[in-house]
Amino acid sequence: MERLDDLEAQSVYILREAYNRIEPLAMLWSLGKDSNVMVWLARKAFFGRVPFPVLHVDTGKKFAEMYAFRDRYAPEWGLDLWREECPPIEDIDPSLPPAARSAARKTQGLRTALDRHALKGVIAGIRRDEQATRAKERVFSPRDTTGQWDFRDQPPEFWDQFKTDFPTGAHVRIHPLLHWTELDVWRYIAREAIPVVSLYFARDGKRYRSLGDRDITNPIESKAATVAEIIAELETTTTAERAGRAMDHEREDVFERLRADGYM
Amino acid sequence: MSQIPVTVPELRPALRIVVVGHVDHGKSTLIGRLLYDTGALPEGRYEELKAASAKRGVPIEWSFMLDAFQAERDQAVTIDSTQIWFKSARRDYVLIDAPGHREFLKNMISGAASADAAILVVDAVEGLRETSRRHGYLLHMLGIPHVAVAISKMDLAGYDERRFKAVARDVKNYLFDLGITANAMVPISGRDGDNIANGSAHMPWYQGPGIVQALDELPEAARPADLPLRFPIQDIYKFDQRRILAGRVEAGVLRVGDELLFSPSNKTARVRSIEAWHVDQPPTEAHPGQSIGITLDEQIFVERGEVAAHAEAPPQLTTVFRATLFWLGQSPLTVGATYKLKLATQEATVTVQSIERIVDTDTLASAAGKQVERNAVAEVVLRSRQVLALDEYKLIAPCGRCVLIDGYDTVAGGTISMEGYPDQRQSLAVKGSNLTRVEHRVAADSRAQRHGHTGSVLWFTGLSGAGKSTLAMEVEQRLFLKGYQVYVLDGDNVRRGLNANLDFSPEGRAENIRRVGEVAALFADAGMICITAFISPYQADRDRARTSARGAFHEIFIKAGLATCEQRDPKGLYKKARTGEITAFTGVSAPYEAPEAPEMTVDTESLSIDDCVAQIVAYVESVIALTSRS
Repeated sequence: MERLDDLEAQSVYILREAYNRIEPLAMLWSLGKDSNVMVWLARKAFFGRVPFPVLHVDTGKKFAEMYAFRDRYAPEWGLDLWREECPPIEDIDPSLPPAARSAARKTQGLRTALDRHALKGVIAGIRRDEQATRAKERVFSPRDTTGQWDFRDQPPEFWDQFKTDFPTGAHVRIHPLLHWTELDVWRYIAREAIPVVSLYFARDGKRYRSLGDRDITNPIESKAATVAEIIAELETTTTAERAGRAMDHEREDVFERLRADGYM
Repeated sequence: MSQIPVTVPELRPALRIVVVGHVDHGKSTLIGRLLYDTGALPEGRYEELKAASAKRGVPIEWSFMLDAFQAERDQAVTIDSTQIWFKSARRDYVLIDAPGHREFLKNMISGAASADAAILVVDAVEGLRETSRRHGYLLHMLGIPHVAVAISKMDLAGYDERRFKAVARDVKNYLFDLGITANAMVPISGRDGDNIANGSAHMPWYQGPGIVQALDELPEAARPADLPLRFPIQDIYKFDQRRILAGRVEAGVLRVGDELLFSPSNKTARVRSIEAWHVDQPPTEAHPGQSIGITLDEQIFVERGEVAAHAEAPPQLTTVFRATLFWLGQSPLTVGATYKLKLATQEATVTVQSIERIVDTDTLASAAGKQVERNAVAEVVLRSRQVLALDEYKLIAPCGRCVLIDGYDTVAGGTISMEGYPDQRQSLAVKGSNLTRVEHRVAADSRAQRHGHTGSVLWFTGLSGAGKSTLAMEVEQRLFLKGYQVYVLDGDNVRRGLNANLDFSPEGRAENIRRVGEVAALFADAGMICITAFISPYQADRDRARTSARGAFHEIFIKAGLATCEQRDPKGLYKKARTGEITAFTGVSAPYEAPEAPEMTVDTESLSIDDCVAQIVAYVESVIALTSRS
C-alpha cells in the first residue's frame, strides 16, 4: 500500500475503535493543520460525517485568522462544535516558567470541559515526531481520575489491541495521528486538498510552522507560500517543528511536566 | 484558505526497525549515533545534548536524545520505547528504541510488535545476557522476520576480531535454535561511529556491511494479499439509508460481488458495494491493511466480532485452543483463572484449562508448572463458552493472536495454535435446511414405565487402558441380568462399521464422537441404557453429546493415571505411540481433557474391577431405575 494510504487506514482504524469502545467521546479541534487532518480522517472513517462533537479549548489569544477559520468550517463540515473558555492566568501554577504557565491554561480549560461533559475519551492530534515525550505516547493513553499521565507505567499496547477498560472517573486520550510525521501531514493536506489557516503560508518572508497562542508563538523565516513549497522546505529543513513555541525551550523537563499534568 | 489537490509523488516506503537487547548494551547510543551520522538530527539538538550531558558530568550521552523523561536521563535507563525517523539513500526508516530493562518488558513489546525488522544489540564485552535472549525469543514470538545483530562497544573490547567472532557465534547459535537467521552480524562502536553509517578504521579485518547498509539490504515489508480473506467486523454504521459494515481487511482480497461467509454465525451474503468518502471512484476491491466499509445485498444480522471470509477457506471455529503467552500481569496466571480475551475484534471470556509448559527463554528448555510469573513465556490451553473464529498464528497472523485482559489491564499477548484440536465447524453445522421434527406417539414416559428405567446414556471417558471397555462389558452384563435394557457402544466396534470411513486426525476423532453421541442419544430416546466406551478426549465433544441426549446424559470419568495406563497397555498402543508408529495418541502426543464436572468418577487405579462395577451399578439403580430392584 502507498504510504499515505497506509497512514490513513491506520488512523481510520483507530478512530473507529474509539467510536465503538468509548462513550461519551469528543475530538479536540485546535484549528491547526494536524487537527484539520484529524477531522478530515474522521469524515473518511464515518463516510462524510463526524459522529461526535469537536471541542475547541479557547485561550482567547488565538490569531484572528484561526477564529475566522473555525467559524467558516464548523458549519461547512457539519461539525457539532463545543467551545470551552480557559481560565485566566492567575489561576495557574505560578511555579511554571511564563510561557509554559500560559500554555497550561489550556490544560485547565480541557479539564473543565472533561468534567462538564463527563467525557470518557478525547481524541487529540499529537504526533510522535513533534516532541520527545510525545514519542513515548500510546495510541490509547489513559489518564487517571485526576487527569494525570503516568508516563512511568504506561499500559502495554500491541497488535492494535488498545486499552479500552477504565475505572470510573478516568478518561483516555486517543491519538490517531501518533504515527504521522510533519511531512506526512503536509503531503496528505496536498493530496486531499484540506483547507488550513493562511498563517502557515509565507508573507513578507515569514510563516508559522506551528500555531499556538499569539503571544507565545513565533513565525519562522520562510518563502514557502503554497503547500507544495512547504513540502519542499520541510524535506530539507533541520529546524525542529516546535522551535517557534516558546514554552518548549524554557527548561529541560517543562514539556514533560505539562504533559504529566494533562497537557496535550 | 481552500486549496486544489496537489499531486504528491509516490513516497519511498518506510521500514519500521526495533532496536532491542540487554539493558546497558548500547541501544540508545547506537540510535543516537545513527541519527547524527545520517544527518537526521534537527539543528541545535546536538548542542542541547552536549549541554544536558555536561550538566550531569558525562561526556556526550547519545541516549539522552531518546530518553526524554527526566527519570530516564537521571537513571540513564530507557523506561518506555520511543520512535524516531531517519533516512538512508535507499529508503525511510522509523527506529523504535525498546527498553532493555527487565522491568519494562511490556514497553519493549509495545514497541517491537509493530516492527518489520529488528536490530539486536549485544555488548562485545558482556556477550549474550538474559535479556538479549528474552528479546530474541520475543522477536521470534512476535513473528518479526528479519534480525540484524550489532555487536556493540567494540572499542572496549580492543576492536578484537577473535572476541567479535566468539560473541557472534553465540548469538548466531541462539537465534538458530529459535529458527531465526540473522541477516547480518556487525561489529560496531558508538564512540567513533564505527560500522554504523560509515566504515571503520579500527577494524580493517571486517569486510561486511555497516548497520545502515545492513538495513538497506533488508527486503520491503510484505502484506498478506495471497492468503485467504479475513475481514473482521469492527462496527456497523447506520448514519443514513446505508447499512455499512466497517472493518479492516487483515488478509486476502475482498471484491464487490464476493459471497462472504460470516463466522461464527455461519451467515452468508454478497458484497454489494465498498463505500468510501471523498474518492473519485468507489473502490471495487480492498487489500490487506485497508480500513473499509461495505454494504451487503441482504440485510443479515451480523455484529462486531464476526469474521467475514470466502466459504472455501473460512477461519476455524472452536471453543478451545492453545496459546503461547508472554505474561505481563502483576499476579501470576493460574489454572482455572478467567480473563477477557480480545482476538481481532472479538471479545470473549476464557478460562485457563491447563498450563502445558513454561519456557525458559535462557536455555529454551521447557518445564511443567502450576503458575506463570510476570515476564515469563508459557504454553497454555484456553477455553471459552462462546464459539470463536480464529486461525493458526503461523498461517494468518492477525487472526491468530490475542491479548488477555484482567480487570482493566492487558496482562498477556499470545499466539494461537490449534495443534491437537479439531475445527468444530463441521460438527456445529446442520446442513439440511428443510427439516421438521416429527413427534412420536409413544411417550418417553410410557417407554420408561415398560422398561422400569429411563432411557439414558452412560458416557465413559478416560485414557486408553483406563478400563472403559472392560467395565462397560461387565456393567452391561450385570444390568442385563437385573432386567435392564442395555447396550454398549465400544470404540473399536463402532470404528469397524458406522465410522469405518473416519481417520484418527483431530477432525476424524471429533466426527467419530459426534456420531457416537447421536447414536447413543437415539438409544436413550428408544428407552434404553446406552453405555459408550470411548476415550473422547475433548470436553467440547462430550458437551455436544450431552446436548444431544437432552438431560439423559451421565458423564462417567474412568480415572487412571497415564503411567498406570501405559503400564497396562492392553492393546500395545502406548508402545507404538512412544516409538512414533502411532501419531497423535491421546496422553502421549495428543491432549486429554479430563471432565470438568462428571456425574461420577470411578478410580480404577485404587479400586478392583468388581468394586468399580458395583459402584456404577449402584449409581444406575439409584438414579436411572424407576424403583429400586434387587
